[in-house]
Amino acid sequence: MDGVVKRFGSVLALNGLELKVPSGICYGLLGPNGAGKSTAMRILTGQAVADEGRTRVLGFDLPAESKLARARMGVCPQEGNLDVDLRVRDVLSVFARLYRVPPRERDAAVERALVLAGLQARATERAVVLSGGMQRRLLIARALIHQPDLVLLDEPTVGLDPQIRTELWSLILSLREQGATVLMSTHYIEEAERLADRVAIMSAGRVVAEGTPGELVRSHAGREVVDVQGSVAELRALSESARAAGLPIRQSGPALTYLRAEDADGRVPDGRRRAATLEDVFVHLTGDYVE
Amino acid sequence: MTGARVSVRRIEPVALSAVWIREWIVFVYYWRTRTFAAVVEPVIMLVAFGFGFGKLVSHVEGIPYIQFVGTGAVATAVLFSAVFSAMFDSLYKRRYQRVYDAMLSAPVDVDEIVTGEVLFLGMRAGVYGVAPLLVAFCFGLPPAPAMLLVPFVGVLTGVGFAALGMLFSAAATTFDDLSYVISGVITPLFLVAGTFFPLNRLPDWLRTAALFNPLYHCVELVRHCAFGLRPGADIVHVGALALFAVLAWRLAVWRTRGRLIL
Repeated sequence: MDGVVKRFGSVLALNGLELKVPSGICYGLLGPNGAGKSTAMRILTGQAVADEGRTRVLGFDLPAESKLARARMGVCPQEGNLDVDLRVRDVLSVFARLYRVPPRERDAAVERALVLAGLQARATERAVVLSGGMQRRLLIARALIHQPDLVLLDEPTVGLDPQIRTELWSLILSLREQGATVLMSTHYIEEAERLADRVAIMSAGRVVAEGTPGELVRSHAGREVVDVQGSVAELRALSESARAAGLPIRQSGPALTYLRAEDADGRVPDGRRRAATLEDVFVHLTGDYVE
Repeated sequence: MTGARVSVRRIEPVALSAVWIREWIVFVYYWRTRTFAAVVEPVIMLVAFGFGFGKLVSHVEGIPYIQFVGTGAVATAVLFSAVFSAMFDSLYKRRYQRVYDAMLSAPVDVDEIVTGEVLFLGMRAGVYGVAPLLVAFCFGLPPAPAMLLVPFVGVLTGVGFAALGMLFSAAATTFDDLSYVISGVITPLFLVAGTFFPLNRLPDWLRTAALFNPLYHCVELVRHCAFGLRPGADIVHVGALALFAVLAWRLAVWRTRGRLIL
Protein backbone atom coordinates (compact mmCIF):
# COMPACT_ATOMS: atom_id res chain seq x y z
CA MET A 1 0.00 0.00 0.00
CA ASP A 2 1.48 3.27 -1.09
CA GLY A 3 0.12 6.65 -0.01
CA VAL A 4 -3.37 5.25 0.49
CA VAL A 5 -6.03 7.76 1.49
CA LYS A 6 -9.59 6.80 2.37
CA ARG A 7 -12.31 9.18 3.51
CA PHE A 8 -15.75 8.33 4.84
CA GLY A 9 -17.60 11.62 4.48
CA SER A 10 -15.59 14.09 6.55
CA VAL A 11 -13.72 11.35 8.44
CA LEU A 12 -10.22 10.61 7.20
CA ALA A 13 -9.86 6.88 7.90
CA LEU A 14 -6.54 6.41 6.12
CA ASN A 15 -4.22 9.33 5.73
CA GLY A 16 -1.45 8.32 3.35
CA LEU A 17 -0.94 4.76 4.58
CA GLU A 18 2.37 3.17 3.58
CA LEU A 19 2.56 -0.55 4.19
CA LYS A 20 4.82 -3.20 2.71
CA VAL A 21 4.45 -6.75 3.94
CA PRO A 22 7.29 -9.12 3.01
CA SER A 23 6.07 -12.56 2.00
CA GLY A 24 6.31 -15.58 4.28
CA ILE A 25 6.16 -13.72 7.57
CA CYS A 26 3.57 -12.88 10.16
CA TYR A 27 3.01 -9.15 10.04
CA GLY A 28 1.21 -7.35 12.84
CA LEU A 29 -0.84 -4.23 12.28
CA LEU A 30 -1.11 -2.68 15.70
CA GLY A 31 -3.18 0.35 16.56
CA PRO A 32 -5.88 1.67 18.84
CA ASN A 33 -9.53 1.41 17.83
CA GLY A 34 -10.24 3.76 14.97
CA ALA A 35 -6.63 3.89 13.77
CA GLY A 36 -7.67 2.57 10.36
CA LYS A 37 -6.67 -1.11 10.64
CA SER A 38 -10.01 -2.49 9.50
CA THR A 39 -10.29 0.05 6.70
CA ALA A 40 -6.86 -1.03 5.47
CA MET A 41 -8.04 -4.66 5.58
CA ARG A 42 -11.21 -3.80 3.66
CA ILE A 43 -9.17 -2.10 0.95
CA LEU A 44 -6.97 -5.19 0.68
CA THR A 45 -10.05 -7.37 0.06
CA GLY A 46 -11.59 -4.92 -2.41
CA GLN A 47 -14.49 -4.16 -0.06
CA ALA A 48 -13.45 -0.57 0.14
CA VAL A 49 -11.91 1.49 -2.63
CA ALA A 50 -9.13 3.93 -1.79
CA ASP A 51 -9.61 7.57 -2.74
CA GLU A 52 -5.91 8.03 -3.43
CA GLY A 53 -2.74 5.97 -3.55
CA ARG A 54 -1.81 2.58 -4.93
CA THR A 55 -2.46 -0.89 -3.55
CA ARG A 56 -0.91 -4.11 -4.80
CA VAL A 57 -1.64 -7.51 -3.30
CA LEU A 58 0.26 -10.65 -4.36
CA GLY A 59 1.29 -8.81 -7.52
CA PHE A 60 -2.23 -7.71 -8.44
CA ASP A 61 -3.32 -4.09 -8.75
CA LEU A 62 -6.34 -3.17 -6.68
CA PRO A 63 -9.20 -2.59 -7.11
CA ALA A 64 -9.05 -3.69 -10.80
CA GLU A 65 -7.58 -7.12 -10.17
CA SER A 66 -8.99 -7.59 -6.71
CA LYS A 67 -10.82 -10.76 -7.64
CA LEU A 68 -7.59 -12.42 -8.75
CA ALA A 69 -5.95 -11.42 -5.50
CA ARG A 70 -8.91 -12.66 -3.45
CA ALA A 71 -8.65 -16.10 -5.03
CA ARG A 72 -5.28 -16.48 -3.30
CA MET A 73 -6.22 -14.78 -0.06
CA GLY A 74 -8.08 -16.00 3.00
CA VAL A 75 -9.89 -13.50 5.18
CA CYS A 76 -11.01 -13.85 8.77
CA PRO A 77 -13.04 -10.78 9.63
CA GLN A 78 -13.31 -9.02 12.93
CA GLU A 79 -17.08 -9.23 13.08
CA GLY A 80 -18.25 -12.79 12.79
CA ASN A 81 -19.99 -13.27 9.47
CA LEU A 82 -20.65 -16.97 9.56
CA ASP A 83 -23.71 -18.37 7.87
CA VAL A 84 -24.82 -19.42 11.35
CA ASP A 85 -28.00 -21.15 10.15
CA LEU A 86 -25.97 -23.64 8.17
CA ARG A 87 -24.38 -26.80 9.44
CA VAL A 88 -20.64 -26.61 10.02
CA ARG A 89 -19.86 -28.84 7.06
CA ASP A 90 -22.13 -26.81 4.76
CA VAL A 91 -20.44 -23.56 5.82
CA LEU A 92 -17.15 -25.03 4.66
CA SER A 93 -18.45 -26.61 1.47
CA VAL A 94 -20.16 -23.35 0.42
CA PHE A 95 -16.87 -21.53 0.82
CA ALA A 96 -14.93 -24.30 -0.93
CA ARG A 97 -17.14 -23.51 -3.93
CA LEU A 98 -16.87 -19.75 -3.54
CA TYR A 99 -13.08 -20.10 -3.34
CA ARG A 100 -13.18 -22.36 -6.41
CA VAL A 101 -11.63 -25.45 -4.94
CA PRO A 102 -11.92 -27.91 -7.87
CA PRO A 103 -14.82 -30.39 -7.41
CA ARG A 104 -12.55 -33.41 -6.99
CA GLU A 105 -10.58 -31.74 -4.18
CA ARG A 106 -13.59 -30.24 -2.43
CA ASP A 107 -14.39 -33.05 0.01
CA ALA A 108 -10.77 -33.35 1.05
CA ALA A 109 -10.58 -29.57 1.56
CA VAL A 110 -13.67 -29.61 3.77
CA GLU A 111 -12.27 -32.50 5.84
CA ARG A 112 -8.93 -30.74 6.23
CA ALA A 113 -10.70 -27.57 7.38
CA LEU A 114 -12.79 -29.53 9.89
CA VAL A 115 -9.62 -31.03 11.36
CA LEU A 116 -7.95 -27.63 11.43
CA ALA A 117 -10.90 -26.16 13.33
CA GLY A 118 -11.10 -29.23 15.57
CA LEU A 119 -14.76 -29.54 14.68
CA GLN A 120 -14.93 -33.02 13.13
CA ALA A 121 -17.34 -34.16 15.82
CA ARG A 122 -19.58 -31.11 15.32
CA ALA A 123 -19.67 -31.19 11.51
CA THR A 124 -23.41 -31.79 11.27
CA GLU A 125 -24.42 -29.21 13.87
CA ARG A 126 -25.57 -25.74 13.00
CA ALA A 127 -22.88 -23.13 13.41
CA VAL A 128 -25.18 -21.08 15.65
CA VAL A 129 -24.91 -23.60 18.52
CA LEU A 130 -21.11 -23.48 18.60
CA SER A 131 -19.33 -21.53 21.33
CA GLY A 132 -17.66 -18.23 20.47
CA GLY A 133 -14.24 -19.87 20.32
CA MET A 134 -15.45 -22.64 18.03
CA GLN A 135 -17.14 -20.15 15.73
CA ARG A 136 -13.90 -18.21 15.48
CA ARG A 137 -11.99 -21.40 14.67
CA LEU A 138 -14.55 -22.18 12.01
CA LEU A 139 -14.13 -18.67 10.56
CA ILE A 140 -10.38 -19.19 10.36
CA ALA A 141 -10.76 -22.68 8.87
CA ARG A 142 -13.20 -21.23 6.32
CA ALA A 143 -10.59 -18.65 5.33
CA LEU A 144 -7.99 -21.39 4.82
CA ILE A 145 -10.09 -23.85 2.86
CA HIS A 146 -8.32 -23.06 -0.43
CA GLN A 147 -4.84 -22.99 1.12
CA PRO A 148 -4.25 -19.31 0.43
CA ASP A 149 -0.86 -17.64 0.01
CA LEU A 150 -1.92 -14.64 2.11
CA VAL A 151 -4.10 -14.76 5.19
CA LEU A 152 -5.72 -11.60 6.56
CA LEU A 153 -6.80 -11.83 10.16
CA ASP A 154 -8.69 -8.81 11.45
CA GLU A 155 -8.53 -8.85 15.25
CA PRO A 156 -8.52 -12.66 15.30
CA THR A 157 -8.82 -13.11 19.07
CA VAL A 158 -10.93 -10.16 20.13
CA GLY A 159 -13.40 -11.09 22.84
CA LEU A 160 -12.09 -14.63 23.40
CA ASP A 161 -10.89 -16.13 26.66
CA PRO A 162 -7.16 -16.72 27.22
CA GLN A 163 -7.14 -20.49 26.57
CA ILE A 164 -8.79 -20.07 23.20
CA ARG A 165 -6.55 -17.17 22.41
CA THR A 166 -3.37 -19.20 22.92
CA GLU A 167 -4.89 -22.02 20.89
CA LEU A 168 -5.51 -19.63 18.00
CA TRP A 169 -2.01 -18.26 18.32
CA SER A 170 -0.52 -21.69 17.69
CA LEU A 171 -2.83 -22.04 14.71
CA ILE A 172 -1.62 -18.71 13.31
CA LEU A 173 2.02 -19.65 13.85
CA SER A 174 1.50 -22.96 12.09
CA LEU A 175 0.17 -21.06 9.06
CA ARG A 176 3.38 -19.11 8.79
CA GLU A 177 5.40 -22.29 9.18
CA GLN A 178 3.54 -23.71 6.21
CA GLY A 179 4.75 -20.79 4.12
CA ALA A 180 1.73 -18.49 4.09
CA THR A 181 2.05 -14.78 4.67
CA VAL A 182 -0.08 -13.65 7.58
CA LEU A 183 -1.26 -10.06 7.98
CA MET A 184 -2.92 -9.67 11.33
CA SER A 185 -4.46 -6.58 12.81
CA THR A 186 -4.79 -6.39 16.54
CA HIS A 187 -5.03 -3.98 19.38
CA TYR A 188 -3.62 -6.54 21.80
CA ILE A 189 0.03 -5.71 22.17
CA GLU A 190 0.84 -9.12 23.60
CA GLU A 191 -0.56 -10.75 20.50
CA ALA A 192 1.66 -8.72 18.20
CA GLU A 193 4.68 -9.25 20.45
CA ARG A 194 4.27 -13.03 20.47
CA LEU A 195 3.27 -13.67 16.89
CA ALA A 196 4.51 -10.96 14.61
CA ASP A 197 7.88 -11.02 12.91
CA ARG A 198 7.36 -7.39 12.02
CA VAL A 199 4.93 -4.84 13.34
CA ALA A 200 3.53 -1.59 11.99
CA ILE A 201 2.02 0.72 14.57
CA MET A 202 -0.87 2.72 13.16
CA SER A 203 -2.37 5.89 14.47
CA ALA A 204 -4.89 8.22 12.84
CA GLY A 205 -4.78 6.43 9.51
CA ARG A 206 -1.04 6.13 8.99
CA VAL A 207 1.92 4.05 10.08
CA VAL A 208 3.85 5.84 12.80
CA ALA A 209 6.52 3.18 13.37
CA GLU A 210 7.56 -0.05 11.69
CA GLY A 211 10.05 -2.81 12.41
CA THR A 212 10.58 -6.02 14.35
CA PRO A 213 9.14 -5.83 17.87
CA GLY A 214 12.72 -5.77 19.24
CA GLU A 215 13.79 -2.91 16.96
CA LEU A 216 10.70 -0.91 17.81
CA VAL A 217 11.27 -1.29 21.53
CA ARG A 218 14.95 -0.38 21.27
CA SER A 219 14.46 2.63 19.04
CA HIS A 220 11.40 4.12 20.76
CA ALA A 221 11.58 3.00 24.39
CA GLY A 222 15.24 2.05 24.90
CA ARG A 223 16.35 -0.82 27.13
CA GLU A 224 14.78 0.11 30.42
CA VAL A 225 11.86 2.13 31.63
CA VAL A 226 10.81 3.40 35.05
CA ASP A 227 7.22 3.39 36.31
CA VAL A 228 6.56 6.16 38.83
CA GLN A 229 3.40 5.89 40.91
CA GLY A 230 1.61 8.93 42.27
CA SER A 231 -1.64 10.84 42.63
CA VAL A 232 -3.24 12.37 39.57
CA ALA A 233 -1.95 15.80 40.51
CA GLU A 234 1.57 14.54 41.20
CA LEU A 235 1.68 12.70 37.90
CA ARG A 236 0.47 15.74 36.04
CA ALA A 237 3.23 17.83 37.59
CA LEU A 238 5.82 15.15 36.83
CA SER A 239 4.75 14.83 33.22
CA GLU A 240 4.95 18.59 32.72
CA SER A 241 8.46 18.73 34.09
CA ALA A 242 9.48 15.66 32.08
CA ARG A 243 8.21 17.31 28.91
CA ALA A 244 10.07 20.48 29.76
CA ALA A 245 13.26 18.45 30.30
CA GLY A 246 12.70 16.59 27.00
CA LEU A 247 12.40 13.20 28.69
CA PRO A 248 10.31 10.64 26.76
CA ILE A 249 7.34 9.51 28.84
CA ARG A 250 4.06 7.72 28.48
CA GLN A 251 0.94 7.54 30.62
CA SER A 252 0.18 4.14 32.07
CA GLY A 253 -2.96 4.47 34.16
CA PRO A 254 -1.97 5.15 37.77
CA ALA A 255 1.67 5.66 36.85
CA LEU A 256 3.90 7.69 34.59
CA THR A 257 6.47 5.69 32.67
CA TYR A 258 9.83 7.19 31.77
CA LEU A 259 11.22 5.62 28.61
CA ARG A 260 14.95 5.20 27.84
CA ALA A 261 15.71 5.30 31.54
CA GLU A 262 19.27 4.16 30.80
CA ASP A 263 19.96 7.45 28.98
CA ALA A 264 18.35 9.73 31.56
CA ASP A 265 21.32 9.71 33.93
CA GLY A 266 19.65 10.38 37.21
CA ARG A 267 16.95 12.75 35.93
CA VAL A 268 14.26 10.10 36.37
CA PRO A 269 12.46 10.06 39.76
CA ASP A 270 12.52 6.90 41.87
CA GLY A 271 10.22 4.15 40.73
CA ARG A 272 10.05 0.60 39.52
CA ARG A 273 12.71 -0.10 36.92
CA ARG A 274 11.90 -2.76 34.34
CA ALA A 275 12.69 -3.84 30.76
CA ALA A 276 10.99 -1.81 28.03
CA THR A 277 8.13 -3.51 26.16
CA LEU A 278 6.20 -3.04 22.98
CA GLU A 279 3.34 -1.68 25.05
CA ASP A 280 5.55 1.23 26.13
CA VAL A 281 6.24 2.00 22.48
CA PHE A 282 2.59 1.63 21.52
CA VAL A 283 1.21 3.97 24.17
CA HIS A 284 4.07 6.41 23.68
CA LEU A 285 3.31 6.65 19.96
CA THR A 286 -0.47 6.45 19.97
CA GLY A 287 -1.35 7.68 23.44
CA ASP A 288 -2.35 11.22 22.50
CA TYR A 289 -4.53 9.97 19.70
CA VAL A 290 -8.22 10.19 20.43
CA GLU A 291 -10.66 8.29 18.25
CA MET B 1 -3.31 -22.82 -3.79
CA THR B 2 -5.44 -25.08 -5.88
CA GLY B 3 -4.73 -23.58 -9.29
CA ALA B 4 -8.36 -22.72 -9.99
CA ARG B 5 -8.74 -20.19 -12.77
CA VAL B 6 -10.12 -16.80 -11.95
CA SER B 7 -10.77 -13.97 -14.33
CA VAL B 8 -11.56 -10.33 -13.71
CA ARG B 9 -14.81 -10.63 -15.62
CA ARG B 10 -17.68 -9.38 -13.49
CA ILE B 11 -19.93 -12.37 -13.98
CA GLU B 12 -18.30 -15.77 -14.13
CA PRO B 13 -20.46 -18.91 -14.30
CA VAL B 14 -18.40 -20.66 -11.61
CA ALA B 15 -19.00 -17.86 -9.09
CA LEU B 16 -22.64 -17.57 -10.11
CA SER B 17 -23.19 -21.27 -9.53
CA ALA B 18 -21.49 -21.10 -6.13
CA VAL B 19 -23.92 -18.34 -5.08
CA TRP B 20 -26.85 -20.25 -6.52
CA ILE B 21 -25.84 -23.45 -4.72
CA ARG B 22 -25.51 -21.58 -1.44
CA GLU B 23 -29.13 -20.48 -1.86
CA TRP B 24 -30.08 -24.03 -2.69
CA ILE B 25 -28.39 -25.41 0.45
CA VAL B 26 -30.22 -22.86 2.60
CA PHE B 27 -33.47 -23.68 0.79
CA VAL B 28 -33.07 -27.38 1.55
CA TYR B 29 -33.01 -26.43 5.27
CA TYR B 30 -36.12 -24.30 5.10
CA TRP B 31 -38.11 -25.58 2.16
CA ARG B 32 -41.12 -26.59 4.26
CA THR B 33 -41.79 -23.17 5.78
CA ARG B 34 -40.86 -21.30 2.60
CA THR B 35 -43.07 -23.47 0.45
CA PHE B 36 -45.97 -23.36 2.87
CA ALA B 37 -45.98 -19.56 2.94
CA ALA B 38 -45.50 -19.17 -0.79
CA VAL B 39 -48.09 -21.70 -1.88
CA VAL B 40 -50.79 -21.62 0.77
CA GLU B 41 -51.36 -17.86 0.71
CA PRO B 42 -52.32 -17.56 -2.98
CA VAL B 43 -54.33 -20.76 -2.72
CA ILE B 44 -56.35 -19.41 0.22
CA MET B 45 -56.86 -16.19 -1.70
CA LEU B 46 -58.01 -18.12 -4.72
CA VAL B 47 -60.45 -20.23 -2.76
CA ALA B 48 -61.81 -17.26 -0.78
CA PHE B 49 -62.27 -15.01 -3.83
CA GLY B 50 -63.38 -17.86 -6.02
CA PHE B 51 -66.14 -18.96 -3.66
CA GLY B 52 -66.95 -15.52 -2.29
CA PHE B 53 -67.06 -13.44 -5.46
CA GLY B 54 -67.81 -16.51 -7.52
CA LYS B 55 -71.30 -16.49 -6.07
CA LEU B 56 -71.85 -12.88 -7.18
CA VAL B 57 -70.04 -13.02 -10.49
CA SER B 58 -70.32 -16.22 -12.39
CA HIS B 59 -68.24 -15.31 -15.46
CA VAL B 60 -65.67 -12.66 -16.34
CA GLU B 61 -64.73 -12.16 -19.98
CA GLY B 62 -66.47 -15.44 -20.73
CA ILE B 63 -64.38 -17.38 -18.18
CA PRO B 64 -65.83 -18.91 -14.96
CA TYR B 65 -64.74 -16.55 -12.17
CA ILE B 66 -62.76 -19.12 -10.16
CA GLN B 67 -60.76 -19.99 -13.27
CA PHE B 68 -60.25 -16.29 -13.94
CA VAL B 69 -58.85 -15.79 -10.44
CA GLY B 70 -56.98 -19.10 -10.51
CA THR B 71 -54.95 -18.07 -13.53
CA GLY B 72 -54.48 -14.56 -12.14
CA ALA B 73 -53.26 -15.88 -8.77
CA VAL B 74 -50.23 -17.44 -10.48
CA ALA B 75 -48.84 -13.93 -10.76
CA THR B 76 -49.59 -13.27 -7.09
CA ALA B 77 -47.73 -16.41 -6.04
CA VAL B 78 -44.74 -15.43 -8.18
CA LEU B 79 -44.73 -11.86 -6.87
CA PHE B 80 -44.96 -12.76 -3.20
CA SER B 81 -42.44 -15.56 -3.34
CA ALA B 82 -39.86 -13.51 -5.25
CA VAL B 83 -40.18 -10.04 -3.81
CA PHE B 84 -40.56 -10.82 -0.10
CA SER B 85 -37.67 -13.28 0.04
CA ALA B 86 -35.47 -10.89 -1.85
CA MET B 87 -36.36 -7.95 0.40
CA PHE B 88 -36.18 -9.54 3.82
CA ASP B 89 -33.56 -12.24 3.33
CA SER B 90 -31.08 -10.01 1.63
CA LEU B 91 -31.46 -7.25 4.22
CA TYR B 92 -30.90 -9.87 6.92
CA LYS B 93 -27.90 -11.28 5.11
CA ARG B 94 -26.41 -7.85 4.52
CA ARG B 95 -26.99 -6.15 7.84
CA TYR B 96 -27.26 -8.80 10.48
CA GLN B 97 -25.52 -11.94 9.26
CA ARG B 98 -23.02 -10.10 7.07
CA VAL B 99 -23.02 -13.04 4.71
CA TYR B 100 -22.37 -10.78 1.74
CA ASP B 101 -19.25 -9.38 3.38
CA ALA B 102 -18.03 -12.92 3.86
CA MET B 103 -18.79 -13.85 0.26
CA LEU B 104 -17.05 -10.76 -1.07
CA SER B 105 -13.81 -11.75 0.59
CA ALA B 106 -13.81 -14.76 -1.75
CA PRO B 107 -13.34 -14.25 -5.51
CA VAL B 108 -16.98 -13.26 -5.98
CA ASP B 109 -18.25 -9.81 -7.01
CA VAL B 110 -21.43 -7.96 -6.13
CA ASP B 111 -22.79 -8.60 -9.63
CA GLU B 112 -22.43 -12.32 -9.10
CA ILE B 113 -24.06 -12.29 -5.68
CA VAL B 114 -27.07 -10.30 -6.89
CA THR B 115 -27.40 -12.25 -10.13
CA GLY B 116 -27.04 -15.65 -8.48
CA GLU B 117 -29.63 -14.88 -5.82
CA VAL B 118 -32.06 -13.28 -8.27
CA LEU B 119 -31.82 -16.29 -10.57
CA PHE B 120 -32.42 -18.67 -7.70
CA LEU B 121 -35.43 -16.74 -6.39
CA GLY B 122 -36.80 -16.34 -9.91
CA MET B 123 -36.61 -20.06 -10.59
CA ARG B 124 -38.18 -20.84 -7.24
CA ALA B 125 -40.98 -18.36 -7.95
CA GLY B 126 -41.59 -20.04 -11.30
CA VAL B 127 -42.15 -23.33 -9.49
CA TYR B 128 -44.33 -21.84 -6.74
CA GLY B 129 -46.41 -20.02 -9.32
CA VAL B 130 -47.74 -23.32 -10.60
CA ALA B 131 -49.58 -24.04 -7.31
CA PRO B 132 -52.67 -21.85 -7.92
CA LEU B 133 -52.97 -23.35 -11.39
CA LEU B 134 -53.06 -26.85 -9.92
CA VAL B 135 -55.79 -25.74 -7.51
CA ALA B 136 -57.72 -24.20 -10.40
CA PHE B 137 -57.60 -27.59 -12.14
CA CYS B 138 -59.56 -28.94 -9.16
CA PHE B 139 -62.16 -26.25 -9.86
CA GLY B 140 -62.59 -27.33 -13.45
CA LEU B 141 -59.90 -25.37 -15.30
CA PRO B 142 -59.35 -27.43 -18.45
CA PRO B 143 -55.65 -28.29 -18.96
CA ALA B 144 -54.12 -26.82 -22.14
CA PRO B 145 -50.72 -27.57 -23.74
CA ALA B 146 -49.66 -23.91 -23.61
CA MET B 147 -49.89 -24.07 -19.82
CA LEU B 148 -46.48 -25.76 -19.92
CA LEU B 149 -45.18 -22.25 -20.63
CA VAL B 150 -46.52 -20.93 -17.31
CA PRO B 151 -43.40 -21.85 -15.26
CA PHE B 152 -41.26 -19.94 -17.77
CA VAL B 153 -43.50 -16.90 -17.49
CA GLY B 154 -43.16 -17.31 -13.72
CA VAL B 155 -39.35 -17.42 -13.87
CA LEU B 156 -39.17 -14.33 -16.08
CA THR B 157 -41.54 -12.42 -13.80
CA GLY B 158 -39.88 -13.83 -10.68
CA VAL B 159 -36.41 -12.72 -11.76
CA GLY B 160 -37.71 -9.18 -12.22
CA PHE B 161 -39.45 -9.04 -8.86
CA ALA B 162 -36.57 -10.71 -7.03
CA ALA B 163 -34.29 -8.03 -8.47
CA LEU B 164 -36.80 -5.34 -7.46
CA GLY B 165 -36.85 -6.82 -3.95
CA MET B 166 -33.06 -6.71 -3.77
CA LEU B 167 -33.12 -3.12 -4.95
CA PHE B 168 -35.55 -2.19 -2.17
CA SER B 169 -33.52 -4.17 0.33
CA ALA B 170 -30.35 -2.35 -0.69
CA ALA B 171 -32.13 0.99 -0.35
CA ALA B 172 -33.42 0.08 3.13
CA THR B 173 -31.52 0.43 6.37
CA THR B 174 -33.94 -1.38 8.67
CA PHE B 175 -36.79 -3.84 8.30
CA ASP B 176 -39.20 -1.00 9.10
CA ASP B 177 -38.13 0.82 5.95
CA LEU B 178 -39.49 -2.08 3.95
CA SER B 179 -43.03 -1.48 5.15
CA TYR B 180 -43.14 1.70 3.01
CA VAL B 181 -42.41 -0.45 0.02
CA ILE B 182 -44.96 -3.09 0.91
CA SER B 183 -47.80 -0.61 1.34
CA GLY B 184 -46.69 1.90 -1.27
CA VAL B 185 -45.46 -0.35 -4.07
CA ILE B 186 -46.19 -4.04 -3.64
CA THR B 187 -49.86 -3.76 -2.63
CA PRO B 188 -50.88 -1.47 -5.52
CA LEU B 189 -48.96 -3.64 -7.99
CA PHE B 190 -50.73 -6.69 -6.65
CA LEU B 191 -54.23 -5.17 -6.69
CA VAL B 192 -54.13 -3.40 -10.05
CA ALA B 193 -52.83 -6.24 -12.17
CA GLY B 194 -56.07 -7.77 -13.38
CA THR B 195 -55.84 -10.67 -10.98
CA PHE B 196 -59.24 -10.32 -9.30
CA PHE B 197 -61.08 -8.09 -11.76
CA PRO B 198 -60.52 -7.14 -15.37
CA LEU B 199 -58.87 -3.78 -15.87
CA ASN B 200 -61.18 -2.61 -18.67
CA ARG B 201 -63.71 -1.24 -16.19
CA LEU B 202 -61.13 0.98 -14.51
CA PRO B 203 -60.82 4.71 -15.29
CA ASP B 204 -58.57 5.45 -18.27
CA TRP B 205 -55.67 6.84 -16.25
CA LEU B 206 -55.56 3.80 -13.99
CA ARG B 207 -55.74 1.46 -16.95
CA THR B 208 -52.82 3.25 -18.58
CA ALA B 209 -50.90 3.09 -15.31
CA ALA B 210 -51.54 -0.64 -15.13
CA LEU B 211 -49.66 -1.10 -18.41
CA PHE B 212 -46.52 -0.17 -16.49
CA ASN B 213 -47.23 -2.82 -13.90
CA PRO B 214 -45.08 -5.85 -14.75
CA LEU B 215 -47.50 -8.06 -12.87
CA TYR B 216 -50.26 -7.14 -15.32
CA HIS B 217 -48.18 -8.53 -18.18
CA CYS B 218 -47.63 -11.73 -16.22
CA VAL B 219 -51.37 -12.10 -15.52
CA GLU B 220 -52.18 -11.60 -19.19
CA LEU B 221 -49.58 -14.11 -20.33
CA VAL B 222 -50.74 -16.78 -17.90
CA ARG B 223 -54.39 -16.31 -18.97
CA HIS B 224 -53.38 -16.57 -22.59
CA CYS B 225 -51.48 -19.77 -21.84
CA ALA B 226 -54.66 -21.15 -20.27
CA PHE B 227 -57.32 -19.83 -22.64
CA GLY B 228 -55.51 -19.33 -25.93
CA LEU B 229 -52.27 -17.59 -26.91
CA ARG B 230 -52.37 -14.27 -28.75
CA PRO B 231 -48.90 -14.15 -30.33
CA GLY B 232 -48.89 -10.45 -31.21
CA ALA B 233 -49.89 -9.27 -27.75
CA ASP B 234 -47.90 -11.95 -25.96
CA ILE B 235 -44.60 -10.91 -27.51
CA VAL B 236 -45.22 -7.42 -26.15
CA HIS B 237 -45.97 -8.88 -22.70
CA VAL B 238 -42.80 -10.98 -22.73
CA GLY B 239 -40.82 -7.95 -23.91
CA ALA B 240 -42.25 -5.82 -21.10
CA LEU B 241 -41.36 -8.44 -18.50
CA ALA B 242 -37.86 -8.88 -19.91
CA LEU B 243 -37.29 -5.11 -19.94
CA PHE B 244 -38.48 -4.88 -16.34
CA ALA B 245 -36.21 -7.76 -15.28
CA VAL B 246 -33.11 -6.28 -16.89
CA LEU B 247 -33.80 -2.82 -15.50
CA ALA B 248 -34.50 -4.06 -11.97
CA TRP B 249 -31.44 -6.33 -12.08
CA ARG B 250 -29.04 -3.56 -13.12
CA LEU B 251 -30.47 -1.19 -10.51
CA ALA B 252 -30.24 -3.89 -7.82
CA VAL B 253 -26.58 -4.53 -8.66
CA TRP B 254 -25.81 -0.82 -8.66
CA ARG B 255 -27.52 -0.12 -5.34
CA THR B 256 -26.18 -3.25 -3.63
CA ARG B 257 -22.66 -2.41 -4.74
CA GLY B 258 -23.06 1.02 -3.16
CA ARG B 259 -23.97 -0.69 0.12
CA LEU B 260 -21.28 -3.35 0.16
CA ILE B 261 -18.23 -1.67 -1.35
CA LEU B 262 -17.25 1.39 0.70
